[in-house]
Amino acid sequence: MQRALFPALFAAGVTFLLTCLVIGVKLEQDGPTLTVVGADAETWSWIAFAVVVVFLFQLFQQPLARLRQRLPTADVTGLLPDHRLRTRLRPWLIALVVVGLLVWPFMVSRGAVDLATLTLIYVMLGLGLNIVVGFAGLLDLGYVAFYAVGAYTYALLSEYYGLSFWACLPLAGLLAATFGCILGFPVLRLRGDYLAIVTLGFGEIIRILLNNWTGLTGGPNGIGGIDKPSLFGLEFSRRASEGAQTFHEFFGISYNSSHKVIFLYLVAVLLVLITVYIINRIQRMPIGRAWEALREDEIACRSLGLNPTVIKLSAFTLGASFAGFAGCFFAARQGFISPESFTFIESAIILAIVVLGGMGSQLGVILAAIAMTILPELAREFQEYRMLMFGGVMVLMMLWRPQGLLPMKRPHLELKSS
Amino acid sequence: MSETTLYVLQQLINGLTIGSTYALIAIGYTMVYGIIGMINFAHGEVYMIGTYTAFITIIGLLTLGVGSLPIVLLLALITAIIVSSSYGYAIERVAYRPLRGGPRLIPLITAIGMSIFLQNYIRLAQGSRDLAMPALISGGIEFGDPEVFEVTISWMQLIIWGVTLISMTALALFISRSRLGRACRACAQDLKMTNLLGIDTNRIIALTFVIGAALAAVAGVLLGLYYGTINPYIGFMAGLKAFTAAVLGGIGSIPGAMLGGLLLGVTEALTAAFFPSEYKDVVAFSLLVLILLFRPTGLLGKPEVEKV
Repeated sequence: MQRALFPALFAAGVTFLLTCLVIGVKLEQDGPTLTVVGADAETWSWIAFAVVVVFLFQLFQQPLARLRQRLPTADVTGLLPDHRLRTRLRPWLIALVVVGLLVWPFMVSRGAVDLATLTLIYVMLGLGLNIVVGFAGLLDLGYVAFYAVGAYTYALLSEYYGLSFWACLPLAGLLAATFGCILGFPVLRLRGDYLAIVTLGFGEIIRILLNNWTGLTGGPNGIGGIDKPSLFGLEFSRRASEGAQTFHEFFGISYNSSHKVIFLYLVAVLLVLITVYIINRIQRMPIGRAWEALREDEIACRSLGLNPTVIKLSAFTLGASFAGFAGCFFAARQGFISPESFTFIESAIILAIVVLGGMGSQLGVILAAIAMTILPELAREFQEYRMLMFGGVMVLMMLWRPQGLLPMKRPHLELKSS
Repeated sequence: MSETTLYVLQQLINGLTIGSTYALIAIGYTMVYGIIGMINFAHGEVYMIGTYTAFITIIGLLTLGVGSLPIVLLLALITAIIVSSSYGYAIERVAYRPLRGGPRLIPLITAIGMSIFLQNYIRLAQGSRDLAMPALISGGIEFGDPEVFEVTISWMQLIIWGVTLISMTALALFISRSRLGRACRACAQDLKMTNLLGIDTNRIIALTFVIGAALAAVAGVLLGLYYGTINPYIGFMAGLKAFTAAVLGGIGSIPGAMLGGLLLGVTEALTAAFFPSEYKDVVAFSLLVLILLFRPTGLLGKPEVEKV
């Protein structure tokens, strides 16, 4: 206890320094003059509380650690049904989820469906980035650039050449993949942390270019009036444009604006299901195995005759193409895009989703994307604290559970002694 | 002298001013990288916190009626250094030390999380609006032909050069002469061996974070006074620029960071002179990409051999 006193005092002092000037005092702009205002008594009592907590925690750190060791850890693995039952139940479970996804929107409000569509976009982005960060272990901080490429591909092609959503979707993916390939080719030789910074720089370059190339992209004003997708040529607007037919006229039902929202949602579900399927398959192919092998040990991989550049490039390109699809859909859903939607923060949010879900685990990433988009919506008053929480979650996850909430499980065989 | 020459001269002066503050921030990146080989992504936020602390101290002291400007500025500098250093120390202690020895990607993700956290922490505590302060130090030396173009070196710019020079000299002396500086250099050469020789490497690593944060705070005070406006988002860009400077000079090398900072500042100022000024960020990032591709060791860095 005596020996812990000095570090505890030191930690409490540092905590006080961290908080007293930044939280305890506030700068206020009043016209041209700047004034300082002391915070109210409540804030100061919170600061005092924080200092005391840190002091006590440091003081009793060792007894606390000993106590924690003695606590029994709960074993939850026994709660899951055994392996054979799980494999048999799996297809039924997947079918149930898919049917649920398709039926659900007809029973709830428009706002909820719209939020679900947004969530699905993040699921797609998370799954795409998961290939790059989770499987291949390449930290990409400029992922949002490919998302922007996809969105602008659709917006520009539809504005200048009148191409439809369905024609642009593959093009957006292809173009984003090309960008990924062109950027990746020189950059992927770099070591992990350099790669992160270069991709971050690339993301910023794309955003600045979009912002300043006013002639083509409309600069900070963005592009508006982007067409919504249609169902085999049937439009979802109240009145059909020239030479087209609307959905409600074709089926002879009255116009309802929620048809459009539900249709967009169903398109998003379709895209996500395709993404999940493709990634799930590729993961089991030699290239998928090679990604993970490369992440674990590059030198061992090279000595086994795998070409690291090709493997990394394939992960990068494939990840970028999914961002392109997501971007194209995002542009169609919003009807308006501007460089504001493609800042570094967006990249960081997608990264937080991947990190929280457990790098490499698809189910984890999907659940994390749902949690990260829906939780802030449910608690509106927390909206302010959203980014603070994201940052905090990233740090705490890495400290306590770097493998994520639902870590990836590798199939393994065990010999059982009878 | 012709108008263009004078104009370029003015841009050079501006570039050297910004460049010297980049150099101050870049040292924090380079020292940490030199010892534990990680990019401290949250370093830019430490700089931003230094600026906020300086503003709070200056305004607070002026409101209290402390009239003498040098005393106010000196106190602001000291407060900013103390507060920023405690942030530097706390970040290392909380977010990086528990992860030491793990995979390289993990601390980088923590660092990004820390950066987002600190940025929003300041945004919530101090508001997200731009805060502007009237210039405390105005005037300067003017020369050149008043009819063609007048080149100005403001007192603020001279102060920035002076303070940067003093800080750099102090750092160089500390690293080369003092006992702790020697321990720092030993850690940069071989962390494990230094530990075996009975030096508490954890304390040395914490010390590098504190030194880096203190220099970032100095840069924060100087740039805050120079521009006169702050907001919670300035740390991100400044951090990226300083990192570019560190890489340009060769990451891990302290003289390299100084050189890289000055070079980057001048390049940016010259770009802004002849192209629309929005493109100066594009030039900085393109420079970063090009150096990493063609000369990853930078101008003064040593090549790194990857060991199995």
